Amino acid sequence: MTTVAITPMNEQQHTGQTPKTLGLNLVWDKAEKAKVKSVLAKYPKGRERSATIPLLKLAQDKCGGWLPVDAMQLVADTVNEPYIRVYEVATFYTMFNLKPVGKFHVQVCTNCACLIRGSDGVTKAVKDIAGVDSSGATSKDGTFTFTEVECLGACVAAPMMQIGTHYFTHLTEEKTKDILNHLKEGGDPLKYADTPNAASDPLHNGDYEEHV
Amino acid sequence: MPKQTVPILKQEEKVFQNLEGQDDWSLAGYKKRGGYKGLKKLLTTDRIKHIEKMKESALRGRGGAGFPTGMKWSFMPDPAKTGKPSYLVCNADEGEPGTCKDRDILRYDPHTLVEGMIIGCYTLAAKTGYIYVRGEYYDESSRLQQAINEAYEAGFLGKNIQGTGVDVDIHVHLGAGAYICGEETALLESLEGKKGQPRLKPPFPAGYGLYGCPTTINNVETIAQVPPILKNKLEWWTQHGRPNNHGTKIFSISGSVNRPINVEAPMSIPLKELIETYAEGVIGGWKNLQAVIPGGSSTPMLNKGEAGKVLMDFDGLREYGTGLGTAAVIVMNQDVDVLRVMTRISAFYKHESCGQCTPCREGVGWVYTLMKRLSNGEGTVEELEQLQKLTKKIEGHTICAFADGAMWPVQGTLRCFKDEFERRIEAKEEVA
Repeated sequence: MTTVAITPMNEQQHTGQTPKTLGLNLVWDKAEKAKVKSVLAKYPKGRERSATIPLLKLAQDKCGGWLPVDAMQLVADTVNEPYIRVYEVATFYTMFNLKPVGKFHVQVCTNCACLIRGSDGVTKAVKDIAGVDSSGATSKDGTFTFTEVECLGACVAAPMMQIGTHYFTHLTEEKTKDILNHLKEGGDPLKYADTPNAASDPLHNGDYEEHV
Repeated sequence: MPKQTVPILKQEEKVFQNLEGQDDWSLAGYKKRGGYKGLKKLLTTDRIKHIEKMKESALRGRGGAGFPTGMKWSFMPDPAKTGKPSYLVCNADEGEPGTCKDRDILRYDPHTLVEGMIIGCYTLAAKTGYIYVRGEYYDESSRLQQAINEAYEAGFLGKNIQGTGVDVDIHVHLGAGAYICGEETALLESLEGKKGQPRLKPPFPAGYGLYGCPTTINNVETIAQVPPILKNKLEWWTQHGRPNNHGTKIFSISGSVNRPINVEAPMSIPLKELIETYAEGVIGGWKNLQAVIPGGSSTPMLNKGEAGKVLMDFDGLREYGTGLGTAAVIVMNQDVDVLRVMTRISAFYKHESCGQCTPCREGVGWVYTLMKRLSNGEGTVEELEQLQKLTKKIEGHTICAFADGAMWPVQGTLRCFKDEFERRIEAKEEVA
């Protein structure tokens, strides 16, 4: 067996790269513990690693929409895996943000169906309102982060964007501006969100099934 | 020659009677539409008979590859012999650009999927089923979770379903944004909590799938179509479509049409009839059509002449060197910059390559660079040749079909719009 010499990292490499450096000592709170338990119950004994993605999502929500290294360490500890196993998953999937995002993460689809039906106007509106000029940028006041994303699967309702968990469809430049201004002023996203308007809709009748 | 078809399906001919969300999505509404009727009988019929009927129905997978479902199911070994649990995994990681049918199933008719999972699990002797939903569909998965909860309460899920002795549990698992997880073995990796990188086949999932156990992976639409196929007479299904392409199918018609729509229609319907009957035609009329992508971004495009003749089924599209894929029809009229759209699609594949195989990881980036350059008229005519050759060096040289799917649309563009590339290059040269 060969041993690998580990050289100590310098300060710069250290910062933000190694778990627990932020010293946040994150733990699941009571409500989160219940969710962790229900997630783990979905998979057979000994297959806790399957919960990595759902738990990363839970951790991301806990940390205001992004994953500091400590949050990934918390997930790693929960599923009994080394930190790197969780880190490689967090870097692989686009929905995990490895740096902070604004209060509203505006994800605009610019793929084929949306492009054909005018996603340029949507992109322009978001950039104008947020005052940013490129994908991945956050507005100065921290309200909006704009990200250009791949197909979100609402092509017959193009162009569209996602903010939080909700889809906003059939957009125009004007409508996009209205929505962002509405959100900025603290308005209810459901006023514009593409969720079914039937009385049975969980978002409206209070039966929304929160799950991970 | 295109044959005459029944353009509008009657309600009782449809699998998804609430696809447009006009009616109640919940258990009560689904039962009113005939759902769960006859479930008990199916769960007490010999499961081998179900597999035989699936084979006879010639149902082909609705997720893109079109593999015969009955045959796939027949590969599953008997758990009594393997000593391992079997799994049914539903692929709801819908991400192929242009495709949005599963989203409407999940939010408007989720019980079709739940009932399909129950019967599917029974037929494959699986006690547990997972539904892998793409992470962006959180609201939709909430609806699905409610449907599952309703089914548990009504005794359609859990232990000893309807007193038949059959046990089935279903869990929803959310992904986190990776197109490649729609590839079945990448999906299994992701479900095991890893990066979504496809596995080498063989071994196939029926032998070594989730947690190393026998596993079948099917698309949402495929699984939801199983209960009505098994409940009805065979003719109910085979009356639609040509042999080997039977049944109905959801078509997602997007792009330059007057009414973009998800619609369930008979297989083998002529493409022109599909667009004109359901999507109210091309914007500016059929004469204004430029090109059509017939089955999601991975399938090569058709020019106007071909689009006017082709039949929408697996074999019909194959005759034209393309495929039915997910039946996501993306229409482009004369107002659309086709080369820009196709370059955007190349950018998509560059972003979504999982990075495992070198030809794909490096190659799709180069293809995107060339597409971007050439569509701006910045390249040379020789580079067009180079691009064509490059696609052939990438296609077929990787673990999974992702790279093939990334190259086909580029090859299709070169076939249909080579003159447009050349025109742009010349125009740029003249200016210089």
